[in-house]
Amino acid sequence: MLSFIEQIMDTKKEIFLKLQQDILLWQGFKPQATGKAERVGLGEIEQAFPGGVFPKRAIHEFITVLPEDAAASDGFIAGLLAILMQDGAACVWVSTSRRLFPASLSTFNVEAERIIFMDVKTEKDVLWITEEALKCEGLAAVVAELNNLSLIESRRLQLAVEESGVTGFILRKDASKAATTVATARWKISPMLTENEEGMPGLGFPRWRVDLLKVRNGNPGSWVMEWAGECFEEVKNVSKADDGSVWSEREDRQIG
Amino acid sequence: MQRRFVSIWFRQLLADWQLIHRPELAEVPFVFAAPDHGRMMINAVSPLAAISGVESGMRAADAKAICPGLEVLDDKPGRPRNLLRGLGEWCVRYSPIVAIDEFGMDGLLLDVSGCAHLWGGERGYLKEIVSRLKGKGYTVRVAIADTPGAAWAISRFGKVTPLIPIGGHPEALLDLVPEALRLERPVLAKLRKLGFYHIKSFISMPRSVLRRRFGEDFLLRLAQALGTEDEILIPLQVPVPFQERLPCLEPIKTRTGIEIAITRMLENLCKRMQSEGKGLRTGVLTGYRIDGKVVQVTIGTNGATHSISHLFKLFQLKIDQIRPALGIELFVLDAPKVDDVEVPQEQMWTAKPGLDDQSLIRLLDRVAGKVGSEVIHRYLPAKRYWPERAVLQARSVTEKPASNWRAEKPRPTELLKRPDPIEVMALIPDHPPKFFIYKGVRHQVIKADGPERIEREWWLDTGEHRDYYQVEDDQGGRYWLFRSGHYGGEQQYQWFIHGFFA
Repeated sequence: MLSFIEQIMDTKKEIFLKLQQDILLWQGFKPQATGKAERVGLGEIEQAFPGGVFPKRAIHEFITVLPEDAAASDGFIAGLLAILMQDGAACVWVSTSRRLFPASLSTFNVEAERIIFMDVKTEKDVLWITEEALKCEGLAAVVAELNNLSLIESRRLQLAVEESGVTGFILRKDASKAATTVATARWKISPMLTENEEGMPGLGFPRWRVDLLKVRNGNPGSWVMEWAGECFEEVKNVSKADDGSVWSEREDRQIG
Repeated sequence: MQRRFVSIWFRQLLADWQLIHRPELAEVPFVFAAPDHGRMMINAVSPLAAISGVESGMRAADAKAICPGLEVLDDKPGRPRNLLRGLGEWCVRYSPIVAIDEFGMDGLLLDVSGCAHLWGGERGYLKEIVSRLKGKGYTVRVAIADTPGAAWAISRFGKVTPLIPIGGHPEALLDLVPEALRLERPVLAKLRKLGFYHIKSFISMPRSVLRRRFGEDFLLRLAQALGTEDEILIPLQVPVPFQERLPCLEPIKTRTGIEIAITRMLENLCKRMQSEGKGLRTGVLTGYRIDGKVVQVTIGTNGATHSISHLFKLFQLKIDQIRPALGIELFVLDAPKVDDVEVPQEQMWTAKPGLDDQSLIRLLDRVAGKVGSEVIHRYLPAKRYWPERAVLQARSVTEKPASNWRAEKPRPTELLKRPDPIEVMALIPDHPPKFFIYKGVRHQVIKADGPERIEREWWLDTGEHRDYYQVEDDQGGRYWLFRSGHYGGEQQYQWFIHGFFA
């Protein structure tokens, strides 16, 4: 009797899975070929995406209002770029007011000499270059710092991405304007207090609250992530920040 | 610019050439002879044979009677021209314009305007030419003057100096024989008959009289020697530019028309460049409008290419700048800068993507064409600690870094272009701030690392060192702060914010 119920449950599960996949197909979502389903090192977060795979052929939008958020988003994207640029491909970084410091990217295992920066004067040029770059199959990713992105413009970018398979990252400074875009995912990365091993002074690994505000065909969520030197690591139990100010008073502190 | 010409006269061109190839003939008198009306006529004479009295224009049989043991060699028609062409191509090192002397077929004429200073003046220049040719085995006489005619005359008949100063050639010609003017035999005979043994004896005569007696050709040669008439040298090697022209029957004023014109010209140009293994680096499209105005657009590429579709795309970006007005009747496509193109090997599998990826290079070309090449930056690590100088602009897309990126010291993800001053409360002597105020917002510092002292590069600029701290505020924001200078130093110290950590 029990095994009979189990059997029914199993068939039900199968039907659900099949239905889910069918719905995704009807919604126009093309599943990635299984051979290409690579991890990007985001762990749990990847499960939020349809099929449990980080969509590489997609536009990812990052909302950055404060400069602290922008720095955190830069760090998070750099961590992703390290994986995306693994096979030696280059990346294009388009901006009107770039602050990214190339020398800091080695922290995230990114070879900064493989990033080509384009510092233009107008948003229009940023859009044009972004679209052209997204059509360029030899690239791993394109990062664009944009303030405004209309629905039509984002659609054009999405079409370019679907053609070439280049991952697009859009850093948007203003969250309020033009909230409707066709971006596959909308992220918000905000910095969090770091934590060190018990009793160790100074700052710990960079830690962020990663909010996935919107995912097409996926489940939004919120996680706490850390860049643990070499890779992303999810922080499960976030302790309350202790108030005591700690400063690294190392005995053999070096000057210089 | 003052034009200057060098004439090189090979006195015994064929004999010298034969001696170079067959040195064993040095002890033997020899002549070159060719059949003419059933007899062998001598065309060229070796120095040894000339001593015995053999001259060119003699019959070979007569010459053998004068000079026993004379060796008669077969002459081939056109041999002097071939020899001169070879020598002329060698002489291109001295001047780009080298021409064969068509009158005597025994010398070269060089347009050396603006070339002589490269060899330290005209004297050194002539010496170099003579000694190099002598080293090869040719006896030559050279002269330099303002006109090819004068140089020709002085090199063959001059007795004083081969260096004729600027404007001095009419005077130098006065004492020469009429043969120096490159005249035909009947004219020369007539001159001698009339007792004109030197140029000075007839140079001042009225032109109309000279024309009646000796003909138009004589006046032309005289004028060419004096420089009143231009003589055009036909260079041996014509530098063929990469240029395409497209005249249009009807003036073109539509975008489609211009696009067709560009494609048409690119097809021809790229075909030629491909066959020569070249690729375009700079392209200039000039349109001549029917109202007499000229419109021009320029493109540049990051790597030499002869791909029609890519070059067309680059021009397409510029079509908006072409104003056809009433219409363009002539298109000219120039490639002033071309480079050798690297032929990529056919690949069975798609290549590993990288910085030399073709699609990336083309993207850069398009960006440079539309927005400008100055917006494209690439950075390499510099072996310097001062943050503003820690990265180095790469000069090319494929330049490799000389050193590794350093990761041992914390560097902020975002660096401000210039540090912003902040208000700070900090304990002396070297504690990090307790709090700081940046843009009116108070940040309570929770954690900090540092200080890391970075000294100024005193050989470049003067000023205070910086003590950097990495701090974290109660909101989780991470900042890079520094104090410029010592507390209580002679200079006023000041705190700054310089960046944001991820």
